[in-house]
Amino acid sequence: MKVLKRFFVRLANLASGRRADDRLHEELAEHIALQTKENLRAGMSASEARRRAVLKLGAAEVIREHHHAEQSLPFFENLFLDLRFALRMFAKSPGFAAIAIATMALGVGATTAIYSVVDATLLHPLPYPQPEQLVRLVDDLPGIDARDAGISIPELQDLQRSGIFQYVSIYGFGSVNLTGCAQPARIIFKPVTPSYFAILGVAPQLGRTFDPHDPTLGFNLEVVISDGLWKRAFGADTQILGKTLRLDNDAYHVVGVMPAGFRDQGRTAEERNTELWAGTGFAAAPAPDPARNLRLRLETIARLSPGQSIAAAQSHLDALVASLKKQYPADYPEQSAWTVRIEPLSESLVGNVRQSLMLLLGAVGLVLLIGCVNVANLLLARATARAREIAVRQALGAGRTRLVRQLLTESLLLSLLGGIVGVSILLGTRKFLLPLVPESLPRLNDISINWGVLAFALLVSLAAGIIFGLAPAWLTSRLDLTGTLRQEGRGSTGSPQRTRARRALVVGELALSLMLMIAAGLLLRSFWELFRVQLGFHPEHVMAMQTWLPVPNDPKTDIYGTASKEATLLREILRRGRTLPGVEGAAIGDMAAFPLGHGRDDRNRIPLIREGQVVPDNRAPLIDTAIVSPEYFHLLGMTLLRGRIFNLEDIESTPTVAVINEAAARTFWPNQDPLGKHFKLRSTNKDWTTIAGVIADARTESLADPGIPQIYMSIYQRRAKDLAIFLRGQLNPAAIPAQVREQVQAVDAELPVFAARTLDDVLSNSLSARRFSMEMVALFAGTALLLAALGIYGTISCLVSEQTHEIGVRLALGAQRAKILEMILRQGLGLALTGAALGLAGALVVSHLMAAVLFGVSPTDIATFAAVTVVLTSVALAASYIPARRAMRVDPLTALRYE
Amino acid sequence: MKEKPDVLQGTLALMVLKTLDVLGSQHGYGIARRIEQISGDLLDVNQGTLYPLLLKLEQEGSIASQWGASENNRRARFYRLTPAGLRQLQAETHDWEQTAAIIARFFSVKAEDLA
Repeated sequence: MKVLKRFFVRLANLASGRRADDRLHEELAEHIALQTKENLRAGMSASEARRRAVLKLGAAEVIREHHHAEQSLPFFENLFLDLRFALRMFAKSPGFAAIAIATMALGVGATTAIYSVVDATLLHPLPYPQPEQLVRLVDDLPGIDARDAGISIPELQDLQRSGIFQYVSIYGFGSVNLTGCAQPARIIFKPVTPSYFAILGVAPQLGRTFDPHDPTLGFNLEVVISDGLWKRAFGADTQILGKTLRLDNDAYHVVGVMPAGFRDQGRTAEERNTELWAGTGFAAAPAPDPARNLRLRLETIARLSPGQSIAAAQSHLDALVASLKKQYPADYPEQSAWTVRIEPLSESLVGNVRQSLMLLLGAVGLVLLIGCVNVANLLLARATARAREIAVRQALGAGRTRLVRQLLTESLLLSLLGGIVGVSILLGTRKFLLPLVPESLPRLNDISINWGVLAFALLVSLAAGIIFGLAPAWLTSRLDLTGTLRQEGRGSTGSPQRTRARRALVVGELALSLMLMIAAGLLLRSFWELFRVQLGFHPEHVMAMQTWLPVPNDPKTDIYGTASKEATLLREILRRGRTLPGVEGAAIGDMAAFPLGHGRDDRNRIPLIREGQVVPDNRAPLIDTAIVSPEYFHLLGMTLLRGRIFNLEDIESTPTVAVINEAAARTFWPNQDPLGKHFKLRSTNKDWTTIAGVIADARTESLADPGIPQIYMSIYQRRAKDLAIFLRGQLNPAAIPAQVREQVQAVDAELPVFAARTLDDVLSNSLSARRFSMEMVALFAGTALLLAALGIYGTISCLVSEQTHEIGVRLALGAQRAKILEMILRQGLGLALTGAALGLAGALVVSHLMAAVLFGVSPTDIATFAAVTVVLTSVALAASYIPARRAMRVDPLTALRYE
Repeated sequence: MKEKPDVLQGTLALMVLKTLDVLGSQHGYGIARRIEQISGDLLDVNQGTLYPLLLKLEQEGSIASQWGASENNRRARFYRLTPAGLRQLQAETHDWEQTAAIIARFFSVKAEDLA
């Protein structure tokens, strides 16, 4: 208490600048007067009495100092003094201060920007209560090479009954036609089992969510809508609850509206933007009849019981799986090796971006470090210039810790100012920076500069200030006093320690830059390799837009219930499409046929049963399938290798035929002619399909992977609901979507047309995440190179000015000017080569760490390593050349006269 | 600058408080004289040391000060004990006596007493 009280009184004194000097002065004078009087009374002479009195009191200055220290807080007072002094120093050399602050602003600003992304995505990926309890359950069948194979309804019930989880929910993801409003709209929606919202733990802003214990087998005809949809389609109608909406022609009623800030969880940006949730048990039409071995292509999420660890839950789950396998051996054959794994929900959301974000954070950290090294270098250079000032201060009795403290205050102030500038710029340019972030990033909308991020920026600034300030401060305070003071008027040569430190710093800077540049070079090569891969199809001049045929819950009400009925519609759409201006060709396919435009995972793959092989579905290999109209292959420029593609005679009533790609032929019919071979998709299919043609492999599934087996079926033989319309020709991208919508809705006014884009855009979007990290790392590497060039320029300049005298002597003694140039350049080259050697060693480590994000280029790609080294060395040489020329032009007379 | 050892600092503070308790309101010189008289040469401190200490005690709220007239009929700063200071003095006196008693007992013990 007392200590606190005293602290506050002193703080108040410090703040108000109140001083008790006058009072002390008066008190001491009176003290001496009284003592003198006393001494006089004891019989001393007047002068002796006063002398004794003063002696007895003690050294007045010391008393005053103690008194003052007591009065105020010397630590803060010194801090203010140091800060004032530092500001004066900056004002005296504004160039230095500006460069140092700009460097730190760049480093701290960039680091903070990347950190804000990391903070939103990796550190706070799930905006729900108790996010650590949220998990995803993944069914794997490693025996038949199927990961994430989906779950069956009986398994879901087993999980719900097991008591391992508070709630388990399965959900699908897709889109649905919302009709009955002005324009049929395509809504991103999720059919979910009723406990879905209970798992997320988010309450609606209006109404309720689903009853977690609702036993309805099929759709319970209740929907919850997002705040966005509520405002957009229903004008934020507060009477919305209980109102009916038509989804794929079925009537549902709204029971709740989610709050404005709510975003769904999901693997993709699209999924996280879900706007409508429908409750269903997935156990009645339109879902198939539940069976233990019928795996639905759905996701499973669950909430663990409070305090339950994932490991504990996993061991309970393993036991459950083992007992189920024993109970139902027919459904879980030994070969498929069924397992269920629990992974944190956050992991499945950010898993794919973690690597690139960590790469970026590492890169930006390196830039910051290089910035620190650069500023440290600048400080050391200034230390040479300030040597006399420091020496004078020391001679006047300033202690070494006091000096270090003052120099550290300067560097901390520099880095704090830099941090403030950096964060301010970041705040000011946030609007322009955010669009650069690829949309695929989870929680893109939640990236913000919050208090946590600001605290991080402050911490980084302080750490940076200490990193770049401590060594120079230490070295500077270690002056040879007499030596420095004696060098009256002559340019001081700087201590050998400081020169060594500066060289080490430059070498470190060059090494770090080289590492970054090699990382950037490898990413650039990867991107380039991906960019120029042989696609196997021609995306140019093709536009695609989506439509969706409704799937009513009762199949009998489906007006497109058979392939023939659907074919009539599709032929009419295609015929009308071809009449549009500029259109040269039109085709239709399902979303799986959309090149690079659809997500691809094992749940979209279907068991392939080849004739002559009797295996149940759960042991059959899975294959990607696409459903297309006959024009598709020609429109996309895919090459037919053998047999034929579909023709107009392949219709519902004729035997089904398929076209496969080379990879499928190679994988499933090795060393034989696949033409005429028979297969079935799923063993429950009655009819065999005949392979009619083989086309060349195309990278329609993944840019990086050329050989993904694929089976194409004709859309006139096999129905599809999620359709993409492809148009080729000299198209006007602005007009086409409306024209197509008009034509489609002329056939069926209830059909939405949405998501129009050119295939070129789709292609470039599929590269956006890679491009983003490549561009960022390249930007950082460029910055690093610039900083390193400045560093080596500064160091060589300093060397030259330190050696002016020596150069003058050499020249006077007849040295060739070219020799002088060579001498200086050799020093620069020496630094560059040492830096490059260290950097190459570091780069080898870094490039192996980032092997997973590389494509088509080895982590030890000789060409990249060599090119980057050459670039760095040339830049270093060029930076040394400017001061070297100055050295060459030294006038020996002037140089020597300085003596 | 060498700091006074803590013991001495604490002791000096206690002496100042006690002096003010006995003499009532007193100026710096008076306190110094009184401490000198009582402790004799045993406590040979510079009298000036007193002033930072007085400021510290004042800032802690143990004493208060105001201007008054000295014997010279000049302005002098007079210090007096506050109620908080009195409580502190009593507490510290008690502590001190206890400590002193323990130390005294310690010193009076002879080797044969322990056998």
